[in-house]
Amino acid sequence: MKFTVSRRGFLVSAAKAVTAGILAPVATLTAAQNILADEPLQTKEKFSLWANNDWGFAIDVNKCIGCGLCVKACKQENGVPLDQEVYRTWVERYLKFSEEDVRIDSPRGGLDFKQYDVRPEKQFFVPKLCNQCKNPPCVQVCPVGATYRTPDGVVLVDRKRCIGCRYCIQSCPYGARFLHPVLKVADKCTWCYHRISKGLQPACVEVCPKKARKFSNLRDPNSEVATIRRKDRIRLLKPDMGTKPNVAYIDLDEVVK
Amino acid sequence: MMSGYVFPNEIEVNWGLFIVLYPYITGLVAGAFIVSSLYHVFGKAELKPVSRLALVSALAFLFGAPLPLLAHLGQPLRALNIMFTPHMTSAMAGFGYIYSFYMIICLLETYFMFREDFVHWATYSSGLSKRFYNLLTLGAKDISPEALHTDHRMVKILATIGIPSAFFLHGYVGFIFGSIKANPWWSTPLMPVIFLLSATVSGVALLILIYKVSCWVRRKKIDLACLNSLNSYLWIFLILATTLELLEVLHMGYESKEEWDLVRGLLTQAIPITYMGVQMGLGVLFPLILLPLGRWKRLGSSVRQTLTVSSGLLVLIGVLAMRFNVVIGGQLISKSMAGYAQFHATFLGPEGILPTMALVAIPFVFLLILVRILPPWLDGKPETANQDNITGIHSRWQLKQAGTK
Repeated sequence: MKFTVSRRGFLVSAAKAVTAGILAPVATLTAAQNILADEPLQTKEKFSLWANNDWGFAIDVNKCIGCGLCVKACKQENGVPLDQEVYRTWVERYLKFSEEDVRIDSPRGGLDFKQYDVRPEKQFFVPKLCNQCKNPPCVQVCPVGATYRTPDGVVLVDRKRCIGCRYCIQSCPYGARFLHPVLKVADKCTWCYHRISKGLQPACVEVCPKKARKFSNLRDPNSEVATIRRKDRIRLLKPDMGTKPNVAYIDLDEVVK
Repeated sequence: MMSGYVFPNEIEVNWGLFIVLYPYITGLVAGAFIVSSLYHVFGKAELKPVSRLALVSALAFLFGAPLPLLAHLGQPLRALNIMFTPHMTSAMAGFGYIYSFYMIICLLETYFMFREDFVHWATYSSGLSKRFYNLLTLGAKDISPEALHTDHRMVKILATIGIPSAFFLHGYVGFIFGSIKANPWWSTPLMPVIFLLSATVSGVALLILIYKVSCWVRRKKIDLACLNSLNSYLWIFLILATTLELLEVLHMGYESKEEWDLVRGLLTQAIPITYMGVQMGLGVLFPLILLPLGRWKRLGSSVRQTLTVSSGLLVLIGVLAMRFNVVIGGQLISKSMAGYAQFHATFLGPEGILPTMALVAIPFVFLLILVRILPPWLDGKPETANQDNITGIHSRWQLKQAGTK
């Protein structure tokens, strides 16, 4: 059999081949894009939590009795070594003897307050924790992007990415971060993200006997924290730092930094 | 008595002695490189005897610079992530790139500066070292005057690029501290400039010492004009650096904002010995007086040498104290604004004094190895009429070849 190809026939088959050659990868790409396009949909559903939630925290300083239950609960809930000087939350005691003489302490993060012999003119407790800033300097300075702010308003640390350089610890004006003594990565309060994502309260809020710590979803305008922010006289910590902190304190004395 | 309240998480000082060392060592790199460039770019001929030594020293310290950082990381195995997944808003994220770029510039400059020597060393040696130097030439064995001219041009170009790179490398370290708004003792736009000037100061001082020791070990006569010139540069840069350092404190004190009480307390009560005693006293006041005496013609040359060299040593100690006062001092001021943390250096523990001393020694070991491989000495060569011949090595080899013929 003689195998002949006319010029026309050759051109036609060449054109087909070229078209097929271009289309095949394009088709594959399109298919791949479809798969990828499906992915965000699932992700969106999965993280509809983010869309519906905007967490907020408030502390009524007048109610805190300095029992330290929150400090202990936090350490136990979040695997922070109990016997080491690292805290996701702590309680400070302020004893005002006179205008000049203000003594502040937080022995073992507030687990070990000792009684004073002299009675101060004024005394109060101030629970502290990560402010989950809206403009967080710790996120800004992390060299590998291991720390980030979730769309529902919590600053988290990716323990698999953190290199332990401690730049974020230096940058936090509130002293809320520390190097986890066992894991050797940066650690901080997450408002118990694992609990709040399931509809529970953070451990410290859960155990507070006087309801000094309040936590709710600001998307609900009638929630406790949203109401406090709307109606009460509140103070944020170090607003001059431009960090836009997200923990509101009711009736906080000016001496507290 | 220093006390008051510090946040519970501040009881441990997070950036310890290793982080004190890092800006110290990069500062020495930047300073030594600038001395080398003063000759290669700005044509300060009197610095010729140390020009190659300066570059080799910069390289040795550059190799040693990232070691304290690496040793300090909580997760050292993830160190390279800073280059693979950099977070662009972080001042620290550029470290890997800036450091690597500077390393490339230094290596290239060293290559072009020593290429002719590699060719000759390969010619005059045998066996393994012959192979080694042949490898270092990277196959470029042309030592015709045209080729050497290109080498010298490349050295000049690389040294010119190197100056802003060195400034950037070290100014950037200053920025890492200066941009931390949470820390009143760090947060100032002057910080990069202060770091840069103190880097230059420490680099010149280091070269004075290395030069003196190398002459002493090699039993060569020290070039007094060169030492005098280093003396003058050290004095000028020391005045500039100190002016800015004092300006910062003066400005803070005059404005006396809320944080001034804390900074004043830091300087007068928490770190008075290392700040007023070592940094400002030993490291600034004494050298400021001794250095001009070291240039005073009425004194004998050995007295003048001693004055210059001991000033160099004092400045090196002073700059180390300055790094300590910035890095550790800054962390002693509690962010509670109500007290000071305590710093306890252990001897053996992680970031203890012994490992820190080892990390200081490592660049010197690198330097010892490097001067074996790349002897930077230029003594015994005649001046040359060739304008291109900026390093002067070229004529030295021609002389040697002429002698062997």
